[in-house]
Amino acid sequence: MSNVVDMRANLASVTLPSPVLTASGCAAAGRELDKFFDVTAIGAVVTKSIMVQPRSGRPTPRMAETPAGMLNSIGLQGPGIEEFISKDLRWLRERGARTVVSIAGGSVNEFAELANRLRHEEGIAALEVNISCPNVESRGQVFACDPRAASSVIHAVRRHTGAQTPIFAKLSPDVTDIADIAQACVSAGADGLSMINTTLGMVINTDTMRPALAGITGGLSGPAIRPMAVRCVWQVRKALPDVPILGMGGIANGLDALQFILAGANAVSVGTATFNDPSAPWRIHNELAAALADRGFRSLADAVGHAHREEGVNL
Amino acid sequence: MASKRFGKPDAGPIQVRGEVLAVRRSGDYYVLVFAAPGVAEATAPGNFVAIAVGGQPTAMLLRRCFSIHRVDTAGALGGTVEIVVDAHGPGTKWLVERAVGDPIDVIAPLGRPFSLPKDPVPCVLVGGGYGSAPLFMLADRLRERGCRVDLVLGAATESRLFGVVDGRRRASSLTITTDDGSLGTKGRVTDVLDRLLDDHGGQVIYGCGPMGMLAGLAKVAQERGIVSQCAVEEAMACGVGVCMTCVLPVIGSDGVTRMTRSCTDGPVFFGDQVRWDSVGTVPSDCLGAPVSATGGAQR
Repeated sequence: MSNVVDMRANLASVTLPSPVLTASGCAAAGRELDKFFDVTAIGAVVTKSIMVQPRSGRPTPRMAETPAGMLNSIGLQGPGIEEFISKDLRWLRERGARTVVSIAGGSVNEFAELANRLRHEEGIAALEVNISCPNVESRGQVFACDPRAASSVIHAVRRHTGAQTPIFAKLSPDVTDIADIAQACVSAGADGLSMINTTLGMVINTDTMRPALAGITGGLSGPAIRPMAVRCVWQVRKALPDVPILGMGGIANGLDALQFILAGANAVSVGTATFNDPSAPWRIHNELAAALADRGFRSLADAVGHAHREEGVNL
Repeated sequence: MASKRFGKPDAGPIQVRGEVLAVRRSGDYYVLVFAAPGVAEATAPGNFVAIAVGGQPTAMLLRRCFSIHRVDTAGALGGTVEIVVDAHGPGTKWLVERAVGDPIDVIAPLGRPFSLPKDPVPCVLVGGGYGSAPLFMLADRLRERGCRVDLVLGAATESRLFGVVDGRRRASSLTITTDDGSLGTKGRVTDVLDRLLDDHGGQVIYGCGPMGMLAGLAKVAQERGIVSQCAVEEAMACGVGVCMTCVLPVIGSDGVTRMTRSCTDGPVFFGDQVRWDSVGTVPSDCLGAPVSATGGAQR
């Protein structure tokens, strides 16, 4: 039954054969997961956020399990843009995987530099602009917490990115009104929005009676944050009816993914679930296809935002 | 019992539905025996497994990782695997409460195993607590190659030792240390290491156990100009190389220190590769380390 559903997903100018993508920071650059499922079958591999320079990340412990979730403070460990291009991006291209490159910078200029460096690289379906990583020492630099800061980053990335490459702004849920930030990003040139990044959390180790993470605070992910993520997608879809949304936050099965689609996401990213089940993205693709078929949808696109329909309006 | 494997046919781990065959006590620990098709044949000493806990749906998202204690490829169920579990948290407690016949979701074999010496040189194997789990399989492989194997098992107290009976059978000699003197020599494994190395001319030290113990082994090896290989125990979230949780500072072949994953680049490292004094920190000369507290790369 499930094969009758047209699963193509539209994200701005890009059409993907599957609406299920990996989530940045939960799939490295795809190579490790390719041992567990065919990474060319899913919508796209969203790579771990890359910065201009190599970066060590935070000391350990970097992780604490929480009820239906986990806290991480990796601190954007990565090899820097040059090694990323010569090794990771090259592998993805040769493997034939669609790739969304996530970029992160400490300043507007760094984001611009990254966009510029990637501009003429082949095999990039879209850029995801990580303006919302909570694991930075200065919370003042979480660009996505301030509409003006978010806007300047997106503006700079847009200016240095070819028109054929859509850019998605990755939003933080740790704001008073996410629709405000979403609007600012779109006005600054974002073609779409990714939401949500992790939300800032903390665990105290009751044996040591100190913070469990070396970074003290960390980003909370997993099913624990799913209702928050669905709410964010719902609010932004309501405020911005036509903007492509990549939804994420605690998706662990096909019905979780369906919630995001019904709330208004055009596609979804699967993150923390991959740590439990490395083949989760492809499993969730199949579960979502079956769930759509069960509900009589002929295409994924028909289900996008369906929860917003007026009373009495059904399929 | 379907298995999933993509990419190169012989590359890396597989995810399989295993079946619990037995759970038995051993001192303070449990030995879990399970069937896992395709795993036993592919396992080398030092490899580990990552097992999902809590059933579905569960509030415990992260797999628990265990070094592989023993494998049997001749089992009627197509290969069996044994691990040693210290049931100290809800996930490990769930695991040892499994009944015979229960399914478990297993990813294995993971990680880089111990490498074996080319020549039949004497080796000393040191296990701290249930960290000794992979050493018995290693001892078998080494003795097959004609290596003398001296085994040292250490723990805080007798009930925290693992494999004493097995050790007597499978090693050329067994030395036991406990912090409280309840069995064997009172003290630490490093207290007996020099005498063993002097007596039998050990050329390689293999270790698995707490970081402090491994640091001690690496130091002894370095002082004597011999090789050490240490299987580290770092907290992991995924076990397959994607989460960047289980890192420690390791010196690469280019001399550069990087925060290196213990799941895919380890868990076995040469003792002189690991910056033992800096584990739990980011050394200032590590690739991409923060330039200063207020600026630079780590903003």
